[in-house]
Amino acid sequence: MTATARLSRRGFIGSAAAAGAFSFGFSFPLATPGLAQSFETPEVNAWVVVSRDETVTIRIARAEMGQGSLTGLAQLVAEELDCDWERVTFELVKPSENARRDGVWRSMATGGSQAIRGSHNYVRAGGAAARKMLVNAAAAGWGVPAGECTVALGVITHGPSGQSTTYGAVAEAANAETPPEDVTLKDPADWTIAGQPKLRLDTADKLDGSLVYGMDFTMPDMLVAVPKACPVHGGRLVSFEAEAVQGMPGVRRVLRVDDETVAVVADTFWRAKTAMDALPIEWDAGENAAVSSETIAASLTEGLRAETPYIGNQAGDAPAALSDAEQVFEAEYSFPFLNHAPMEPIAATVRWTTDRCEMWGPTQVAESALRTLAQTAGLPTEACEVHVMRIGGSFGRRLMTDYIAMATRIAMQLPGTPVKMMWTREEDMLQGRFHPVTRCSLRGAIDEAGDLQALHMRISGQSISYSLNPEGVTANGDGSVFQGLEPDGDQFRLGYNPPNLLIDYAMRNTHIRPGWWRGVNLNQNALYLECFIEEMARATGQDPLAFRRKLLANSPKHLAVLEAAAQGIGWNGPAQEGRHRGLAQVMGFGSYVAAAAEVSLQDGWLQIHRIVAATDPGHVVNPQQIDAQVAGSFVYGLSALLYGECTVADGRIQQENFDTYNVLRLDEMPEVEVITVPSGGFWGGVGEPTIAVGAPAVLNAVSAALGRPVRHLPLVNADLRPAAAGEAG
Amino acid sequence: MARLTINGSLVDLDIEDDTPLLWALRDHAGLTGTKYGCGVAQCGACTVHVDGVAMRSCVVPVGSIEETEEIVTIEGLGQGAPHPVQQAWAELDVAQCGYCQAGMLMAASALLAQNPTPSDEDIRAEITNICRCGTYGRVLAGIKLAAERMATPSDQG
Repeated sequence: MTATARLSRRGFIGSAAAAGAFSFGFSFPLATPGLAQSFETPEVNAWVVVSRDETVTIRIARAEMGQGSLTGLAQLVAEELDCDWERVTFELVKPSENARRDGVWRSMATGGSQAIRGSHNYVRAGGAAARKMLVNAAAAGWGVPAGECTVALGVITHGPSGQSTTYGAVAEAANAETPPEDVTLKDPADWTIAGQPKLRLDTADKLDGSLVYGMDFTMPDMLVAVPKACPVHGGRLVSFEAEAVQGMPGVRRVLRVDDETVAVVADTFWRAKTAMDALPIEWDAGENAAVSSETIAASLTEGLRAETPYIGNQAGDAPAALSDAEQVFEAEYSFPFLNHAPMEPIAATVRWTTDRCEMWGPTQVAESALRTLAQTAGLPTEACEVHVMRIGGSFGRRLMTDYIAMATRIAMQLPGTPVKMMWTREEDMLQGRFHPVTRCSLRGAIDEAGDLQALHMRISGQSISYSLNPEGVTANGDGSVFQGLEPDGDQFRLGYNPPNLLIDYAMRNTHIRPGWWRGVNLNQNALYLECFIEEMARATGQDPLAFRRKLLANSPKHLAVLEAAAQGIGWNGPAQEGRHRGLAQVMGFGSYVAAAAEVSLQDGWLQIHRIVAATDPGHVVNPQQIDAQVAGSFVYGLSALLYGECTVADGRIQQENFDTYNVLRLDEMPEVEVITVPSGGFWGGVGEPTIAVGAPAVLNAVSAALGRPVRHLPLVNADLRPAAAGEAG
Repeated sequence: MARLTINGSLVDLDIEDDTPLLWALRDHAGLTGTKYGCGVAQCGACTVHVDGVAMRSCVVPVGSIEETEEIVTIEGLGQGAPHPVQQAWAELDVAQCGYCQAGMLMAASALLAQNPTPSDEDIRAEITNICRCGTYGRVLAGIKLAAERMATPSDQG
């Protein structure tokens, strides 16, 4: 199949307008102010700059936080460009430049596993257009038809006359060429750069300490601010005794940031933190001080029984079928608050004056970061600049721009002075934007033939949108809570279709601020349903794979990845003595994923021996990066399954660092086998979906080993001894 | 005031004795390759070598370090030519976000200095650094590759 992408004319106006101008306004993330990278050669178009030394610089608009899409996107451009991959480098686009050029790079937002699947078409078109302009320039120089020219590794050849030249030699002339109206994209079957296991472009400076993250950024006369917000969300800062710390080494200012936050500004982080630790602060926690994990659980449990719910998926008449059924299974599951806990805590540097405001720091949403900066600074966006940086892990945390507003409010109190706001790990844990808390009740009716006749799934709990995107919320609910359970869609789709189905939701919000946490609502939805499906299979003496096969008869792609994972773990043969297996599958973020896990329990201790993952992302842009994302997804998902839990007492989150918020480490890392089965015809994401199957596959294996289900996370709270009388948690 | 030997150079830093080595390096010596992740010796992002031993610099006060003790940070690892762990990391594309990797590399190189042929079990027991991206599988493979290279230097190419 050959796709033809119609280029937006508007999209390339900026490119033409920039003809002859040097490529100012860009900087490599390493650059410090005054050292902005510039090129002697003008760009070919918005995506591609070729220097005279043949270096090909590909511009990347989406954020890079470790997920590797920077390299994948560059591969897609380079593929269509037919350049020499060994000469490719990258630069990050600034949101101000995107705005100035009328959005030529389209969305810069990086979430929902969208970086590649949401931009492959226009990114490839950008590379193809640049190729055409380079070839046209060479052909015009020779006075030959462009159609007679060929390109390999950035060398343009005119076969009939035997002439050849390089991209670098014609790049400047190419800039003056008219951008093509439309281009023909390659058939992925013909790819030689995309689809290959290329090494990342952004590794070298991560291995010698030279990569400057937001935490590391520095500039002349910069001060450091360490903030502290009321540990009870929604509470107030009443007062603080600045004079108690003002004489401490390095301390310059103690200031009220907003109604709930105080900050110490000093010459270094350690001095600011030391003073903050000594600062007497009076908080008014307000009514939220009465909230605890127990009161939240009670509210959610009430929601499981409440009337007038919000429906996400419905077929037949599940309540009637359940009340008529002879064999009904019931279960109640829960999923706790989780912190993103990226390795790089929150940091951002802002310099504010009455007519300009700049931010140097990480964000997943550069354009919204620029808006937040401008709105907070009280300046037009044209007077503001966001210098994006590569991110030390994010997992959704920096889709929220709260910290940019906070850093700006601090900098506004020190006009002209650059201030780097740095959160301690403790602040990062307490002031996170948490994975929402939910509970789920499930009821399923199985007939004599062992078929699922009816299923009712009630989710009760927190809506992320209610807090962050209120316009997406109706009176009763928020459609995004049904991720993975929807009847139809190309991003999320439930594979099962029993004759009677009801999936509904009771919104029960809390004062703990929620956020989009890698995998978002797919995480708990897949856990609830995949564990309950396997519970019912085992309770009716059916093989969990065979049971799912019947339910996935109309969902061949869902079933294909499940079969691949099951085959990989050796499902049809017996497990080694003492080992037990579990499965899970889901469709989310555009991809079909499944996992099979093999575990053993010894005196209550869990060992995860193997995990086999299968992914159908449609197209594969970089197989070894998919391996890395899938393996990493298990670490993230299993950290949550084993240890992840943020509890609430007296209104505040109790876990403040990795000593109480434990995560998976190398000693517990299972062997992960990654199977990729791209079926073509669609583009799915890989950064998130696998997280949703890791936990249920392992939990199902644990339940199989125990002979009884475990329904509450994290497992560290559960009694995993075979003789344990009841279920813990 | 602290006098420290960092990456082979003697430096005088005008700081309080109880300042953790991590912040002496980052804020006063200008070496930001060593990362802050937790401040309580849990995550290992701040790992440096002190006389060849991996230390979590976020809990080591500069006042406890003698000027004769050799501190090596990520910036000083593999000076001249990349250390075998850095080379292995590059070949296997170990890093994702990279934030924890300076600490990983310092922990890995210290492990190999003490135990040139670590088993999988040794590596799993000794490398306790946290990586949230989940690079553990490649970290393990990277240490083994570096160990092989160090055992047969002629293969380093």
